[in-house]
Amino acid sequence: MTVAVVRFPGSLDHDSAARAVRTAGGDAAPAWHQDAELPAGTHAVIIPGGFSYGDHLRPGAIASRSPIMGAVRRHAEAGGLVLGICNGFQVLCESGLLPGALRTNASLSFVCRQVELDVADGDTPFTQALIGPLSIPVKNHDGAWYGDPSTARVVLRYRGENPLGAVDSVAGVANGAGNVMGLMPHPEEAVDPLLGSVDGLGLISALVAR
Amino acid sequence: MSEAPLHRQLGLTDAENDRIPELIGRPPTDPELVMFSLMWSEHCSYKHSKPLLRRFPTDGPRVVQGPGENAGAVDVGDGWAVALKVESHNHPSAVEPFEGAATGVGGIVRDILALGARPIALLDSLRFGTLDSARSRHLFTRAVDGIGHYGNCIGVPTVGGEVLFDDRYEDSCLVNAMCVGMVRTDGMLKAAARTPGNHLVLIGNRTGRDGIGGASVLASAELSEDDADKRPSVQVSDPFTERKLMDCCLELAAAGAFAALQDLGAAGLTSAASEMAAKGGVGLLIELDRIPLREQDMAPAEILVSESQERMLAEVTEARLAEVLAVCERWELLATVIGTVTDTGNFTAVHRGETVVDIPASALTDDAPVYGVPVDPAPAAAPLDLDAVPAPADLSAAWLELLARPTIASKRWVYERYDHLVGANTVRRPGGDAAVVRLPGMDRAIAITTDCAERHCESDPLGGGMATVLEAARNLACTGARPMAATDCLNFGNPEKGATGWRLQQVIEGMSQALEALRVPVVSGNVSLYNESPGRVIYPTPVVGMIGLLEDAGASVGHAFQEAGDTVLLIGGGTPRLDASEWLGRAEGAPPVPDIAAEVALVDFLAGAAEAGLLRSAHDVSGGGIAVTLAESAIAGGIGCEVNVPPGRRADEDLFGEGGGRVVATCRPGDLARLRELAGGVPMAAIGTVGGSTVTARVGERDATVPVARARDAHEGALRAALA
Repeated sequence: MTVAVVRFPGSLDHDSAARAVRTAGGDAAPAWHQDAELPAGTHAVIIPGGFSYGDHLRPGAIASRSPIMGAVRRHAEAGGLVLGICNGFQVLCESGLLPGALRTNASLSFVCRQVELDVADGDTPFTQALIGPLSIPVKNHDGAWYGDPSTARVVLRYRGENPLGAVDSVAGVANGAGNVMGLMPHPEEAVDPLLGSVDGLGLISALVAR
Repeated sequence: MSEAPLHRQLGLTDAENDRIPELIGRPPTDPELVMFSLMWSEHCSYKHSKPLLRRFPTDGPRVVQGPGENAGAVDVGDGWAVALKVESHNHPSAVEPFEGAATGVGGIVRDILALGARPIALLDSLRFGTLDSARSRHLFTRAVDGIGHYGNCIGVPTVGGEVLFDDRYEDSCLVNAMCVGMVRTDGMLKAAARTPGNHLVLIGNRTGRDGIGGASVLASAELSEDDADKRPSVQVSDPFTERKLMDCCLELAAAGAFAALQDLGAAGLTSAASEMAAKGGVGLLIELDRIPLREQDMAPAEILVSESQERMLAEVTEARLAEVLAVCERWELLATVIGTVTDTGNFTAVHRGETVVDIPASALTDDAPVYGVPVDPAPAAAPLDLDAVPAPADLSAAWLELLARPTIASKRWVYERYDHLVGANTVRRPGGDAAVVRLPGMDRAIAITTDCAERHCESDPLGGGMATVLEAARNLACTGARPMAATDCLNFGNPEKGATGWRLQQVIEGMSQALEALRVPVVSGNVSLYNESPGRVIYPTPVVGMIGLLEDAGASVGHAFQEAGDTVLLIGGGTPRLDASEWLGRAEGAPPVPDIAAEVALVDFLAGAAEAGLLRSAHDVSGGGIAVTLAESAIAGGIGCEVNVPPGRRADEDLFGEGGGRVVATCRPGDLARLRELAGGVPMAAIGTVGGSTVTARVGERDATVPVARARDAHEGALRAALA
C-alpha cells in the first residue's frame, strides 16, 4: 500500500513519517507541494509535522492553499484516508477538511513532552484497532484545539493533564465520515522501541491496512 | 567634540593601522580599512589566543577534519563522519537575548552545513546571573525562547546542554551553541576556492544593514552601560529560510554540485570570501552591484561586512551552474552569481564601475596581528576552612534546599521548550548525563555533552581545565559511550589585563593534559574574550563539547534507577570537598587536583561495563555531590534507595561535596561479581539497594532522608517558581 507523504517548504517530519510507514509495512512516496496530483497508486496520505512556510500568517494557512492540497481534498472526498500530524493537523483545519482550529498553547510556549492519550472514538478506520492509553510525544507551539466538541468527531483526548490547553482535552479529531483525521501528538515518533514507545504504530498501520 | 580617527573608531590600534599600508603598498580605501578592522578583530583573528591554542591535541586516528575549517569531523565508520563545533554568541545575547541566541543557533548550524554535513543535534551551554535579578530573568527566558524559536523551526533536535546561574554572569551572560552533523567522508566540502574562472554564488537571504560590525563592536570589547545603542548591531533571525537553505545545500552537496562551500558569519562576505580565497591560494572578484540588498543605498563597506543571516557562498563550475540555480529556485531561495574566482590572489570588489577593494586576501587572514598576552599568575587559592562553613543542622532539609537551587534543579522548564525529538533518533533525552542520538541509518549512536567546571577554574585554572574535560568524558561514559572528539569554546574576560591571560594558558594546559590522556582530539573551537564589565569579570568558562561513540545504540545506559533490589554502587575515587562547590555557592577554596589516570581508567571501565550489559543505570557525581546524584536517579526512576555514604570529615561534605571522578551506578545483584572482575584497579563499593519511596543516605551516625515525591517537586518545580 502506498502512502503519499506531502512535503512543503519548512516540513520537518516527512522522513520520520516515511520511515514509520515502512516500519508498518507500507511504501512511502513523496508528494511535493507544487504537484497538482498525488503519486500514482496513492492509497493514503500523511501531511507531516513541521513549520510549513515558516508558520507565516498562521500555522498551516499558506500550505492549505498550495496546489497539492487540491489533490488531497479530492482524495479525501473520494473516501481516501488522510492523516495530518501536528502542522499537518493545522493544515487540515485551515483547509476546512477538519473542524475547529489550533490556537497558541495555553502556556504561550513550545511544549515538547511525552503524553498519554485515550481513544475517544474507536469507530474510525484510524482508531478501530487502537487500545488506549497511548504514550506518544507532543511537540508544538500552537496545538490547543479549539472548537465545539459536541459537534466535532473527537477521536483522541489527553489523559490526565491537558498539556496544551485544548478545549475538552482534545488531542485529535476526524471528519464525519472518519476518513480524515488530525492529531497534535506524533505517532510517527513512537514506532521504534529504541526511542521508548511503539504506541504510535497502530495509527500508522491503519494507513497501510488491507 | 573631536572625532577619533576612523581606524580607532573601528577598533584598530595605531600600530595595526600603520601595518596595513606596509602590507598592501598604499593607504587603504575606507571599505578596505573597515574590512581589516573586522578581520583583525579578536573575534575573527584570535589575535590574543592563537599562540595558546596550539597547545591542544588535535590529531588522532579518527580525525578527518581538524581545526581550521568551519567545523571539525571524526570518522564513525562505514564511510560516515560526524562533524562538531561549539561557538559563542555572548555579546549579542546580552544586548538582545532573543535574536542573539537565535542567530547563535543559526550560525553554528551553517558552520556544520558548510562541510556538507546534515545537522543532527544541537546543545546549548548557558550562563546567566542569579534569578533574583529581574534583568537576568529577562535575559535567560528570552535567550531560551530565541534558541527554541530557531532550533524548533529548522528541525534540528536540541538534545542537551547545561545552565549555571551565578552573579559573576550578571553583566556578561554566556550563550554557547554546539551543533553536530553527519556527512559522507568522501563528500565532505571545504571552504577553499579551487579554480579560477569558477562562479561565486551567494545563496539565501538578502543583504541588509543588520549585524554590521557585530564581530568587532560587540565581541571584541567590554560591554558598557550604553549598550542599548549597539542593538542595531545584532542580527535578525529567519529560521524558515535557514531550513530551506539546509534542504537546498544538502541536496546540492549530495549531488556534488559545489566546488567549495562557506557560510557567512562574523564579518559577513568579507570573512567568507577572504578565507575562501586565502585557503585556496586564489583571488576573487566580487561585483557588489549584483548582491541582492534589502536597502538600495547601502555603501560598499556595509555590503561587504553585513552580518545578515541565512546566507551561504558557493564556488560553482560553469558546468554545474544551471543546476545549482534551478535547485535554489525550487527551494524558493535567492541564488545570485556575484563574482568569479581569479588567479590574482586578491580580494577585489567592484561597485558601480569602480574598484573599491583590491587587496591580497591573505593580508586579511594570514597577516592578522598576533599578540602575546600577559601571563601573570594569580596567587594559588588556599583550601577552604571547613570550620568557617556552617554545618546544616538538618541534612534532609539541606538536601531538599540544594535540589531546588536553580543551577541544580531540573532543567525541564528549559528543554520542554525545545523540540528534542525531531528526526526520530533521540535515544536518551535531555535530563541525563549526556544525550544519546542514533546516527541516522546506522545501528551506532553518539553520546553528546557540554560541560564546564567554571568555579574550579576560578580557584585553580589548571585543575579546573582538567576537571572540565574529565567531567565531559565521565558523562559520556555513564551512557556507555567511548569519548571520541571534542570542541571547545573558551569564554574569558579581557586578556589584556589582570590574570586572565594566565588563567587562559593554565586552563588550556589542564584541558590538554586530560585530553591527551583520554586520547580525545580537539577538532574545532572558538574563543570569546572581553566577557567583563567595569565591576565584574566572568569565571574562566572553557565550555567543552564532547562526543562519544556507542557501537550499539540499544546498549546505552540511562541515569534512572530501574528496579527494586538492584545494587547501588559507588565507582571511582577521590575525596569529596566543599571547596568551590554548588553547596558553598561560590568559587572559594581549592578543589583537589583531579587524578587524570584514575579518571581515564574509570571511563574505560564504565564503557566496558555498559558494552557487557552489566549496568542498569549510571550517573555522574557532580554539582551538589552524591546527594543530588542519588536523588536525580531516584526521581528519574520513580523509585528510592537506601545507601551508606562513606564518611569523611563532616556529613554535609560527604553528601554535598564535589570533586574526584565518581559515579553512582546500579546493577543486578547477580552481576556484581562480574563487575568487580572487570573493574580491576578502579575503586568500586556496593553502598546500598534500590527500592522504596524515599532516598535515604546514612553517613556514619547521621541519616538524611527525602521522599522521592518531595524531591521531585523540589527539583522540577524550582526553575518554574524562580521565573514566575
